[in-house]
Amino acid sequence: MPDKGKIIYLLVIFIAIAAFPFIYNSLATPVDMKIKLNTPVIDSMKVKQCIVPKEEMRRGHMKILNRWRDEVVRESSRDFGMIDGVMYEKSLQRTCMHCHSNKSEFCDRCHAYASVDIYCWDCHLAPKENKP
Amino acid sequence: MTIDRRQFLKAAGVAGILGLLSSPLFKVFAPGELEASEELKEGGTLSALPLSAQRWSMVVDMKAFPSVESYNKCIDACNYTHNIPKMDTENHEIKWIWPEKYEHAFPDSYDTYLSENIEAMTFLVLCNHCDNPPCVRVCPTKATFKRSDGIVAMDYHRCIGCRFCMAACPYGARSFNWRDPRLFLKNINPLYPTRTKGVVEKCNFCADRLYRGEQPACVEVSGGGLVFGDLKDKNSNVRNILRSKFAITRKPDRGTLPRVYYIIGGHTSTTGCVPE
Repeated sequence: MPDKGKIIYLLVIFIAIAAFPFIYNSLATPVDMKIKLNTPVIDSMKVKQCIVPKEEMRRGHMKILNRWRDEVVRESSRDFGMIDGVMYEKSLQRTCMHCHSNKSEFCDRCHAYASVDIYCWDCHLAPKENKP
Repeated sequence: MTIDRRQFLKAAGVAGILGLLSSPLFKVFAPGELEASEELKEGGTLSALPLSAQRWSMVVDMKAFPSVESYNKCIDACNYTHNIPKMDTENHEIKWIWPEKYEHAFPDSYDTYLSENIEAMTFLVLCNHCDNPPCVRVCPTKATFKRSDGIVAMDYHRCIGCRFCMAACPYGARSFNWRDPRLFLKNINPLYPTRTKGVVEKCNFCADRLYRGEQPACVEVSGGGLVFGDLKDKNSNVRNILRSKFAITRKPDRGTLPRVYYIIGGHTSTTGCVPE
């Protein structure tokens, strides 16, 4: 192997370059792993609480939305119920997205990660987001 | 120019390194806060009580629609409220409420020598929300159904786009989305969904607005030309009008029992024509 020295030399350079983004980011700024999903509407709430407990929503939001769809469209039952004297409507666009107006972070990030292909947004409209 | 194996591998190596240095990789691993978004102006909570009825119906008083502007404002209000696209060809047209000539609105009127004024009128027509709706009977997926308050509603989630309902409806009140409607929407109402390519759509008597305690969008801007109310309630606004003025429905001989009535000028009487 006459080129042994050259190969090792270039390999070191290659690894250094390939690893550069990782090294750069780990040194540049302290990494804040907490994703902030709060929108201005949520920030302005005194008690930051969803109309359904967070864990239940996280696990079963797809079932809740499907149930809402059938109840609203077919049974004309649109009332979700009163919470602290305020009536909420079973509505993706008017209720969910009112607070969670950050669809690209709140919905898409996780759906993309889990490779879930939903068709809600073929018809339903997401609020306009401030593109960075 | 020929390229040997060694040159090819070298070039590929350089390209690979440049690719690694490109910005997407940096972005993926970059830390940072996620941007918060613009909030919706309305929505969320409810203040008014829903409007309800045993049998919703509408009366169109043609006296209130003498000009193109007078009925266009109703059409525009509906189009905006429900995100109805303005298609560039008539074949692809989507309509919930639209203007129609006399001979198309009332083609089975066999009377001759009628007033020229009436024959020249433009009628506002919409889904009649029939008591005996043929579209509901033919729908193979029950995507179109009749609610207990008489509204013939559609479940776009279930519509397979077979267009049986369009063939069945004698009033042409249904439109098929041949193309993606979003491409033809200039002014979008963010609080109402759009439809997707491949479903049929039609007027829903503003079922969602009634829930929020509002009159249908067209009625709200009609300035009294469109009256909306409960047909089963003897003292309702629509019953009072029907009691005092002569009204007709479109194509009554089809037996669909349409629930949109038309008052076409002429006789008015507060005492009523029918003895009570």
